[in-house]
Amino acid sequence: MEGSAGLSKAAKDERSWRNFNPGPWRDSIDVRDFIVRNVTPYSGDEKFLVAPSQRTKAVWAKLQPYFKNEQKKGVLAVDAKTPSHLLAHKAGYIDRDNEVIVGLQTDEPFKRAIFPYGGLRMVENGLKAAGFDADPQVHEAFTKYRKSHNDGVFDAYTPEIMRCRKSGIITGLPDAYGRGRIIGDYRRVALYGVDRLIEAKQAERAQIDDMWPSDEIIRQREELSDQIRALKDLAAMGELYECDIRRPASDAHEAVQWTYLAYLGAIKEANGAAMSVGRISSFLDVYIERDLKEGALDEAGAQELWDQMVQKLRIVRFLRTPDYDALFSGDPYWATECVGGMDLDGQSLVTKSSYRMLHTLTNLGPAPEPNITVLWSKHLPEAFKRYCIDVSKRTSSLQYENDDLMRPFWGDDYGIACCVSAMKLGKQMQFFGARVNLAKCLLYAINGGRDEISGDQIAPAAPAITSDILDYDEVMEKFDRMMEWLARTYVHAMNCIHYMHDKYFYERLEMALHDRDILRTMAFGIAGLSVVADSLSAIKHAKVRVIRDDTGLAVDYVTEGPGANSVPQYGNNDDRVDSIAAHLVTTFMQKIRKHPTYRNATHTQSVLTITSNVVYGKATGNTPDGRRKGEPFGPGANPMHGRDSHGWLASCLSVAKLPYKDSQDGISYTVSVAPQKAHLSDDELIDGAVKAFDTYFEHGGFHMNLNVVDKETLQDAMKNPDKYPQLTIRVSGYAVNFVRLTPEQQQDVISRTFHGAI
Amino acid sequence: MSQLGELIAGSRYDLHTGLSPDAPDESEFHDDGKGAFGYVHSYETSSRYDGPGLRIVLFVSGCLLRCTYCHNPDTWHLKDGTYVSAEQVINRLRAFVPALRSLDGGLTISGGEPMVQRDFTRRILAAAKGMGLHTAIETSGFLGDQADDKYLSQLDLVLLDIKSGDAETYRRATSRDLAPTLRFAERLAAMGKPVWVRFTLVPGLTDDPANVDALAHFVAPMKNVEWVEIQPFHQLGEFKWKAMNLEYRHADTSPPSPELINRVREQFRAAGCRAR
Repeated sequence: MEGSAGLSKAAKDERSWRNFNPGPWRDSIDVRDFIVRNVTPYSGDEKFLVAPSQRTKAVWAKLQPYFKNEQKKGVLAVDAKTPSHLLAHKAGYIDRDNEVIVGLQTDEPFKRAIFPYGGLRMVENGLKAAGFDADPQVHEAFTKYRKSHNDGVFDAYTPEIMRCRKSGIITGLPDAYGRGRIIGDYRRVALYGVDRLIEAKQAERAQIDDMWPSDEIIRQREELSDQIRALKDLAAMGELYECDIRRPASDAHEAVQWTYLAYLGAIKEANGAAMSVGRISSFLDVYIERDLKEGALDEAGAQELWDQMVQKLRIVRFLRTPDYDALFSGDPYWATECVGGMDLDGQSLVTKSSYRMLHTLTNLGPAPEPNITVLWSKHLPEAFKRYCIDVSKRTSSLQYENDDLMRPFWGDDYGIACCVSAMKLGKQMQFFGARVNLAKCLLYAINGGRDEISGDQIAPAAPAITSDILDYDEVMEKFDRMMEWLARTYVHAMNCIHYMHDKYFYERLEMALHDRDILRTMAFGIAGLSVVADSLSAIKHAKVRVIRDDTGLAVDYVTEGPGANSVPQYGNNDDRVDSIAAHLVTTFMQKIRKHPTYRNATHTQSVLTITSNVVYGKATGNTPDGRRKGEPFGPGANPMHGRDSHGWLASCLSVAKLPYKDSQDGISYTVSVAPQKAHLSDDELIDGAVKAFDTYFEHGGFHMNLNVVDKETLQDAMKNPDKYPQLTIRVSGYAVNFVRLTPEQQQDVISRTFHGAI
Repeated sequence: MSQLGELIAGSRYDLHTGLSPDAPDESEFHDDGKGAFGYVHSYETSSRYDGPGLRIVLFVSGCLLRCTYCHNPDTWHLKDGTYVSAEQVINRLRAFVPALRSLDGGLTISGGEPMVQRDFTRRILAAAKGMGLHTAIETSGFLGDQADDKYLSQLDLVLLDIKSGDAETYRRATSRDLAPTLRFAERLAAMGKPVWVRFTLVPGLTDDPANVDALAHFVAPMKNVEWVEIQPFHQLGEFKWKAMNLEYRHADTSPPSPELINRVREQFRAAGCRAR
């Protein structure tokens, strides 16, 4: 084979694997085994970190004008003629002499590709919004000759699902674009090389040749064949960049490059809403440690690999539509990378490369992508905890998730898809399902299935509540039935979507980097949890009077009577209402579980809104908790803005009560704190914050976005965006450039509770 | 007697007035010796300002001082608080105990003046200690004579606001005498009770170098004083004065400059105080 003539395959592996501790990973595809046998945990501090190299700076300087122009103009360039796939574009470079890690989505930086297999309409709307012309040939191909995922889904949708989509009780479904939330185990390409992966896939295929061709077996055979073709194409894409990824990586530079090329392949093949990287830092650290020992690399060289890979991860771009951007503000793609965590034997998985990954935020400045996620365990090395807090304080670019909570479920080699969805790498994928609007569901229960804004009958007609004062038991009974209907309709829609996605827009490369037999989850979600919990609390603990319009539609609510001023509200560590919120999570999950899923996927659920809490709020009328029509929901599992009025401790203890077992796709929580201006030293502050994290996670908290920024700064940034090109802020599950948000979303972020100093 | 209410939401900067209109006048208010009920303005759970670690701060209503720069004029009268049972307060507190302990924190009762409702606050402090929490009160010390040793034994720390070193300035700032506070400070020193002295720096009122020096030299010899904390005047309470139709003398007072804060801090340090 090219570049390795004369060496037998075994000999090549031996050279690439020199000095690695052997184990089962040599005989079968098992990256986790490789990591735990070879990783060098690091418990020291950050003092070894170094500044960016000249080459890194040169590449970064070349990219700056693109960032600037993009902020002004939006989409800079699109190749509208060429549907994206692994070999659609020739090699592209930013600054060939200085790029240590190479590979672009198209042949030029910031030139976006099109993905018509997901849906032609999305492509053409995206082009139009960005000021580009659609290509007539692509149009013809995808109207005359080739069906898309989007076409397929709408062939299978029912009128009821269409009504739910339109009213907004179910929103954000991946029925017109790539579903994402699948993480290829990109590390496999570095450790084994593509040839070995193809062999393994061929063996998996041969194992089922004798099996009777049921639907599932036929589908698996076709998928395995597609996967093998994708791996061959990936190797050919490597060749375009003069990399022989057929063989395993033989040093740190190759390992980083191979891993990145595998990820690049994935984003050339799929435009999923979230395209996570996985958990690569401590894996690649094994190669870096070996090179350092061999004297082939120094610290500057090691940091350069990370800086340059992260540069690439910061310029991933997809063509989206304005509707999509309203849901997912700030053009995110969730190139989520996990650092930290413990292994199953209780050893820390923090390595020097965990630090190097975090250090890119210093070397390149704060940024939303890659979406760096710290897997927090109370057992993590103290120095690492402190460094994470310090980075958060300076950049607001990190999110934290509870490794001690997830490890028992997912082991020690899981990654995070998107914001909060844990999955075992290479062994698990999910069918992404956005979320339903639970607040609207409550209003439908009160209104007998009519939409509170349009008045249209969306759910099957049921008796509306006619009393002036809402009776808790009556509301609960009707709400329970309405949730039953919603859960059924939701699972129904999801089955249609993922059937068609597999059929028309299958992620052949990402799935080639998985085992054949995997756990599939179907990830449902709820929005408006805090609105519903507070509404039910008001109905239970005070008197809520209904105001109806002349058609009898309940359009507003007034809370009155004794207790009206002291209704328990979610976010104050008050069991009287927190138990309602926790109960809602469990109840809706149980209803979802009743309905069979496509490919027997395991039902999961998230309490996560990304930034769609604004869109959901806009589409929802007045609610019994006193929230006004159009007002944003609290994001994710957050309490409603301003209602968690007793400080962050009370707020986060409420959120920590939501049961992870019934919300295994994640529970998102965002906290904003102003930098402390009083008399505490930095050291004392970091100490306090480390303890705060330990406490929150020990109480069962799942996730925390930490923003350290004051209101005044944000207000100033709204007025003077030019002054804050890199101001990063974490919203539900990911970070965004604040100045790239719409004014409405900016206002929402500002009005979110600031909890003083942490 | 006021109707029993629920603890309500709020930080020290939320305006609460007239929640218990039937409450007695705080200057004539006498505890019943049991303290099973009392008046509470609000509570916060996440303060790092009011004692070591993370503090739950319970703001009780009722105060005999009338500081011209007070940021909580809506805690002066008992009637501005909600009438609640000590049991309710203790139950709220209980929900936070494990978290507060792992955060090395505790309970701080502020106000208002905690010693106006001596029996009520003592009962809560005793319960907090019983749950293993660190306890503190923030007090002007004006009612210090009435705090018996049993009361003080429930306290791990006293945040003692000495608003001025000079008696004349003290009266101008608070409308009361300085002497009871100094007596209380000396008593705490004699018994070795840990104290953080707090001094509110109000430009044009308390910033006179002689005033600062007088306080600094009074405090310096006291071994029980762990910190002297300079609290810069701010305007976050201004809206309350307006909303309550009170005459506010500090509408034009600016927060102290960093230079002024530094000067005052150095004055304390020069006298031998551990100041911040």
